Amino acid sequence: MPSRRSSGCVRRPELPREKAEDAFQEALQADDPVELYERAPCGYLSTGADGRIVKANQTFLTLSGYGLAELLSRSFSDLLTPGCRIFEQTHLMPMLRMHGEAREIALDLVRTNGDILPVLINAMMDIAGDGRPPVVRIAVFDATERRRYERQLMAAKERAEASERHARTLARTLQQTFIPPSLPRIPGLHTANVYRPAGDGTEVGGDFYDVFPIGNDAWTVVVGDVCGKGAEAAVVTALVRHTVRALSVIHDRPAEVMTRLNEVLLRFETDRFCTVVLAMLRPESNGWRVTVCAGGHPPPILIDSDSLPEPLDVRGPLVGIFAQATYTDQELLLGPGQTLLMHTDGITEARGPDGYYGDVRLLRVLSGLGPEPQRLVDGLVADAVEFQGTSTRDDIAVLAVGVPGET
Amino acid sequence: MDVVARHNITVSGPENGRPLVFAHGFGCDQHMWRHVAPAFEDTHRVVRFDFVGAGGSTVPYDPDRYATLDGYAADVLEVIRGLGLRDVVFVGHSVSAMIGALAQVEAPDLFDRLVMVGPSPRYIDDDAYVGGFDEPAIHGLLDALRSNYLGWSATMAPLIVGNADRPELGEELTESFCRMDPAAAEGFARATFLSDHRDVLSRISAPTLVIQCRDDLIAPVSVGEYVAATVPDAELVVLDATGHCPNLSAPGETIDAIATFLRLRSAA
Repeated sequence: MPSRRSSGCVRRPELPREKAEDAFQEALQADDPVELYERAPCGYLSTGADGRIVKANQTFLTLSGYGLAELLSRSFSDLLTPGCRIFEQTHLMPMLRMHGEAREIALDLVRTNGDILPVLINAMMDIAGDGRPPVVRIAVFDATERRRYERQLMAAKERAEASERHARTLARTLQQTFIPPSLPRIPGLHTANVYRPAGDGTEVGGDFYDVFPIGNDAWTVVVGDVCGKGAEAAVVTALVRHTVRALSVIHDRPAEVMTRLNEVLLRFETDRFCTVVLAMLRPESNGWRVTVCAGGHPPPILIDSDSLPEPLDVRGPLVGIFAQATYTDQELLLGPGQTLLMHTDGITEARGPDGYYGDVRLLRVLSGLGPEPQRLVDGLVADAVEFQGTSTRDDIAVLAVGVPGET
Repeated sequence: MDVVARHNITVSGPENGRPLVFAHGFGCDQHMWRHVAPAFEDTHRVVRFDFVGAGGSTVPYDPDRYATLDGYAADVLEVIRGLGLRDVVFVGHSVSAMIGALAQVEAPDLFDRLVMVGPSPRYIDDDAYVGGFDEPAIHGLLDALRSNYLGWSATMAPLIVGNADRPELGEELTESFCRMDPAAAEGFARATFLSDHRDVLSRISAPTLVIQCRDDLIAPVSVGEYVAATVPDAELVVLDATGHCPNLSAPGETIDAIATFLRLRSAA
C-alpha cells in the first residue's frame, strides 16, 4: 500500500497536504515569491529537454524524500517506477515534444525510502525560441487517495464485466436445456425447426420445444411458452418440458397429458403458467394419424400444396391457471405433401413499425412457401425477423413436421 | 476495405521515387515522423501509416491477430502490397524496428533495406542478455496505461488543447496525435514488451542501419550494439541525442543518419 511516511531526512513536521495549504495561505498574505514557489501546494520541478532536473521546490523534496543536491544529478525518469518510466518515455515525452503540454498524467514516484507515491502531473515544455535550451516544468500532485479510488473503480468494472460474461454463459446453458440438442430423425417424416432466444443473450426466455419417441413408432411433438423471463421462468420451463416427457409415456392421448400437466403446474409453487401445443403422431398406411391438443397456444397450421394454409380448430385453456381446465383432442390424417407447423407467439406478436405481425401476415407468408418443412420454418422466421427490424423482442420457436410428397 | 483507409496511409513525394515507409512505435502514431519524413519527399516516395488502434486507423482491434508482433508485421506487408510497392526502404521506430524485421524475413523480396531506430528484440533481461527491464516493470507499464486511460475518461484523445505557442502544429495534429484505443494500447504493450525476437535478427537479409541514441532508457546502447552485431549486414550509428524518440528530439541528426545510409548504399 502506498505510504506517505517521511524518510526522516527532510524536515517534515506535518502532513504535506495540510502543510501545503497553510503554506499557500501564508504565501498569499506575505506575497513572497520564494515562498510561493518553495511551499506551493504541489511539487514543482524544472528539467531540461532531456529530462535532467535543474530545479525543484521544497514541497517536491518533502513529497519525494529527496534532498535537492540528490535530485540535481538525476532525470525525472529516474524517480519513476520502471513501468512508469516506459510510459513516460513512450507517451509523455512525445506529447511534450509535439504539444508542448501534457495534463493529468498518472505516474508512480519511488520515494527515497522505497515507498511508491502515486501522483498526477501536469507538464509544459517552454521553448523560448531565442536559442536558450527548452525547459520542462512539471507540477506534481499527491494522488494517493484518488488513485486508490480509481483502482477500486477499475476492479469493480472488471468484476461487473466478468459477471456479465458469466450471466451470458449461464443463460445460454440454461436455454439449451429447453430444447433437444438436435431433432431426432423420424422415419417417414421430415422435421425442421428454428429457435431464436430474444434480446442480447443475458436473459433466459420461456419458449421450448421437444420431439421424442413414445413407443410403437409413435412420437410426441410439443411446442410451448412459459410466461415471463429469467431464472424463475426457466425453472418452470424445465419442469414443463420434462413433465410432458414423463406423462407422454404413461398417457396415450394429448388431452390427458395436458390435464395432468395442468395439475402439476397448479401444485408447483409458482404463479407462472404456460401455453402448450402437443401432438402425438402414429404412422398409418397412407400417412400419419395426428392427435393434437392445445392449451392457450396459437393453433398449429396445416399446410398443403393444394390448398391455403389452415389453422386447426384446437383451443383449450392456459395451462397452470384453472383447477377445472378441460382439454380436448382433435384428430387428423397427415397425408403425403402435408405439413403441420407449430409456433410460439414470438411470431404473431412480433412488433414492427406498422403494428403486430399477426395471423393474416402469417398465413399469407406461409401460403407462398409450400409444404417442405425446412423451407417453411426458414422462410417464416426470416420474414418475422425482418418485420421487426432490429432485434427480436420475444423468443421465437417454430417447428414443422411433414409427410414427404409422393414422387 | 481499402488499405489506405484501414491504415490511414499518407503518401507524398514523386510517384517514381524509391519507396520509403515510415512506421511509428508504441505510444504514438505516424505523426512521430512529421519532422523527419518531409526531408525525403524530394527524392523518395514517402509512405506513413497508423497501426491498428492508433491515430486514424480504422482496422478493428482483434486480440488474437495482434497478440504477437506477427499480426503487425502482416499489416506492414498489407500496406506494402496494397500500395504495390517494391524495393522498400523500411524505417521503423522502437517496436516497429522489430515489426519491420519480421516483415522483411517473411517477404524479403519486397524490401531493399531496413532502418531500425531504437530497436530492441527483447525488453526483459535474460541471463547474460540485458534488455533493461524485468517482468514486473512491464506489468507496471500496463497499470500505468490503465490508470491513464481511465484518467482520460475512457475515450481516446489524451490531449485536445490549443497550440497557440506552437502554430507549426496543425489542428489535425492536436486532434489525433497519440490517440490510441485503450484495448489496442494494452495489447500492443503486451505484444511489444513481453516478446523475444532475438532469433529473428540473424535472419534479416536486407542491409540494415541501426540508429541508437546515446542515452535511451527504453533501448539501451548495449541493446543497439547487440542488434547491430547480430544482424548479418548492419551498421550502427549512435546519435548524440538522448531519449527514445530522436525522430522528435533530434530530427536533424536522424535525417542525416538515414540520408547517409541511403546514399552510401546506393553508391556502393
